[in-house]
Amino acid sequence: MADLRTTFAGIQSPNPFWLASGPPTNTYGQVAKAFDQGWGGAVWKTIGEPIINVFSRYGSVDLGATRMMGFNNIELISDRPVAENLKEIAEVKRNYPTHAVIASLMVESKRAAWHEMVKQTEDTGADGIELNFGCPHGMSERGMGSAVGQVPDYTCQIVEWVKEVATIPVIVKLTPNVTDITYIARAAVKGGADALSLINTINSIVGVDLSTFEPQPSVAGKSSHGGYCGPAVKPIALHLVSAVAADPSVKIPISGIGGIASWRDAAEFIALGAGSVQVCTAVMHYGFRIVEDLIDGLSTWLDERGHRTLADVRGRALPRVTTWEELDLNYHLLAHIDQDKCIKCELCWTACEDGAHQAIRRLPRDNGGPVVEIIEEACVGCNLCAAVCPVQECITMRQVPNEYPPVSWKEYAAGKGKLAPRSEQFHTASWGPSLK
Amino acid sequence: MEQSVPLSEEQLAKNFADIAPPLTNDAALLDANKCLFCHDAPCTIACPTHIDVPAFIKKIASGNLRGSARVILDANPFGHSCARACPVEVLCEGACVLNDRDEQPIKIALLQRHATDYVLEHKLRLFQPGPSTGKRVAVVGAGPAGLSCARDLRRRGHDVTVFEAKAQPGGLNTYGIAEYKLKADVALAEVQDILDLGVELKTGVTIASIDPLLSQYDAVFVGVGLGGTKRLGIPGEDLPGVVDALTFIEHLKTHPYRETTVGRRVVVIGAGNTAIDAVTQAKRLGAAAATIVYRRSEADMPCYHYEYELAKRDGCGFRFNAAPQRIIGNGSGGVSGLEVRTDLGSETIPSDMVIVAIGQGERDFVVPRNDPRVFVGGDCANGGAEIVNAAAEGVAAAKQIHQRLTNG
Repeated sequence: MADLRTTFAGIQSPNPFWLASGPPTNTYGQVAKAFDQGWGGAVWKTIGEPIINVFSRYGSVDLGATRMMGFNNIELISDRPVAENLKEIAEVKRNYPTHAVIASLMVESKRAAWHEMVKQTEDTGADGIELNFGCPHGMSERGMGSAVGQVPDYTCQIVEWVKEVATIPVIVKLTPNVTDITYIARAAVKGGADALSLINTINSIVGVDLSTFEPQPSVAGKSSHGGYCGPAVKPIALHLVSAVAADPSVKIPISGIGGIASWRDAAEFIALGAGSVQVCTAVMHYGFRIVEDLIDGLSTWLDERGHRTLADVRGRALPRVTTWEELDLNYHLLAHIDQDKCIKCELCWTACEDGAHQAIRRLPRDNGGPVVEIIEEACVGCNLCAAVCPVQECITMRQVPNEYPPVSWKEYAAGKGKLAPRSEQFHTASWGPSLK
Repeated sequence: MEQSVPLSEEQLAKNFADIAPPLTNDAALLDANKCLFCHDAPCTIACPTHIDVPAFIKKIASGNLRGSARVILDANPFGHSCARACPVEVLCEGACVLNDRDEQPIKIALLQRHATDYVLEHKLRLFQPGPSTGKRVAVVGAGPAGLSCARDLRRRGHDVTVFEAKAQPGGLNTYGIAEYKLKADVALAEVQDILDLGVELKTGVTIASIDPLLSQYDAVFVGVGLGGTKRLGIPGEDLPGVVDALTFIEHLKTHPYRETTVGRRVVVIGAGNTAIDAVTQAKRLGAAAATIVYRRSEADMPCYHYEYELAKRDGCGFRFNAAPQRIIGNGSGGVSGLEVRTDLGSETIPSDMVIVAIGQGERDFVVPRNDPRVFVGGDCANGGAEIVNAAAEGVAAAKQIHQRLTNG
């Protein structure tokens, strides 16, 4: 069985699955239970001067009948006294010495305050410190969280203060609520960060109650923007992780966060360069028990592919992320419909006709045969039909080989290379439906 | 007649409760979200009234129940009762593409009920009469065909008078659908929605000929349905203890359950859907044994397969290839059995009550079919079909009548 043991910025854990800083890591009891169920590490709920929360604090976005496709919160950092949190961190570390225990910190932007907090934290025996420069709500109004993480100079400055006294690894947690996250990542590196974690939550208003016009989550009729997370944010997180991982001036470990709910999600983050992954929303939805399949699924996947460790797959997708101008214009695809699998919903036709390139033809329903077919000369291989088809493997995209060598836009624009002949069929003013 | 042991009120209420209970909001949302929203959807094609099924289901998913019901009822004025009594297994649900993905189809009937129940419960008025045209149309028969026609004529602004021989409107919806599928109060509430558009209804009026109507109205729609149950033509069929299925079902639907008595052993002659309605309801009223006797084979039964399955689940018996020869009296004004001829010879099936369900005869009603002012629809035109067929024909006739009255 594949070895999932992970060393991240020098921090050891039995597997790459860490609980992200948040409600599931608020107490000793929760973290101890999570470790007993298999979690490899935990980033404690952010510690700082205790705050007072509002009651209503989470908002959810459903997609059809699927609950919590997206999730947001206006909860602040820990509302428990610093000493109590530190005492429990020490206790967890004592009782679970082989697990990664990370303290997440957020204090006011004063050198002395950071020094004091870091020293106290180190006394617990924690394996590392995560600096919460990411929370976009509430604390940012007080000059903390994303208010720090949105300004490269502030980020660098505070990391420097922390590193003046820290002897354990310092992870800087980045906010996605910036124009270009790599600037912040570089600032953290400049300040001396040992690792990065991303993404923190995305600024959001999760919805409006149409009977009362109250934004959600409503607090006595009003709301405030909150941090968005859950499965909906995964693609954004994957992009930002890859952008930071590919940045040649970063080169420090990255803990991937954002919508991870299954081992597949985790594997994708790892393939894009993440050294460990952090999970919060999925645990808030289904509990700590999900770690069993995270571990089982990831191990099985590694085993089936013949990999022994995570190092064998880490970053494997990264070289394949490139700029658009480097993509091969002569790589041609054609949609193919397996008529034996087709259930005749005609969603592909609707999507292609109205939303893409009018490259599917409808045939009469009563003809006893297929009801849709690809118009090969019009298909641009865009993938839309395959995306909407409700039957697995019914519509597949197949490469159409040609004699032409690859040519990128960069080359083509520079006068190098030739374009293979491609569909020139556009429905313009002469369009008329073949079947009504 | 040796009667069955009467069941308690509680048991009877349970036996005649909705066979397909309404969906909860959660269940409706779950199923509505499963709908693929097919283009040119097979379910819509399969429906005789061509309800835009994906559209009404999408509206349930979006929380627009009023709009959902409007889509349904716009196409089918009897969308409430069809949601309960339509043979969806052979219509919309049978056509659902999910059947081809080896899944259960979308619960179209229950979703349709979910949306239409909402408007009934909230007494929402979805349609309005059109601006008056001054044209007058007579509708003969207040069943689904006639009232569908009447509703769409009112929406187009024509004055409509409906003549109904029975005391209550609704036709077989009120008097003839199995109690566990559709209750008379629901049927009547649905009818009331149509009448509220300003349809004039005259009940207890038997129209013998439409000639007088033609002199008073600009057009006449005939939706008189079929006549009574056909006669068996065998000895004994006039004995007390022999009843035709429609009379039996009508009595059940218009009286408290305990007032409809059944024999201890009931035999139902025939194997159509009405025969199934009769045998299952006899069983549910408390008959110790209720048996279908059919002269042909199992494969020849005209009832829908799922109706057969329902009767079997209800514990009803089936005798195939048994041709009724004679109903035997018990000497004291009742019956004691049904003599049948089988491959093995003659046999008497002991019975205290015989229900005849071999189909309805045509009504003795002459329609001048070549008169362009006269339109027909429903069972009297199609030989006897479903509510949804009658509704479709009524709707289609209203369109034709409107064209005639406005362009002709």
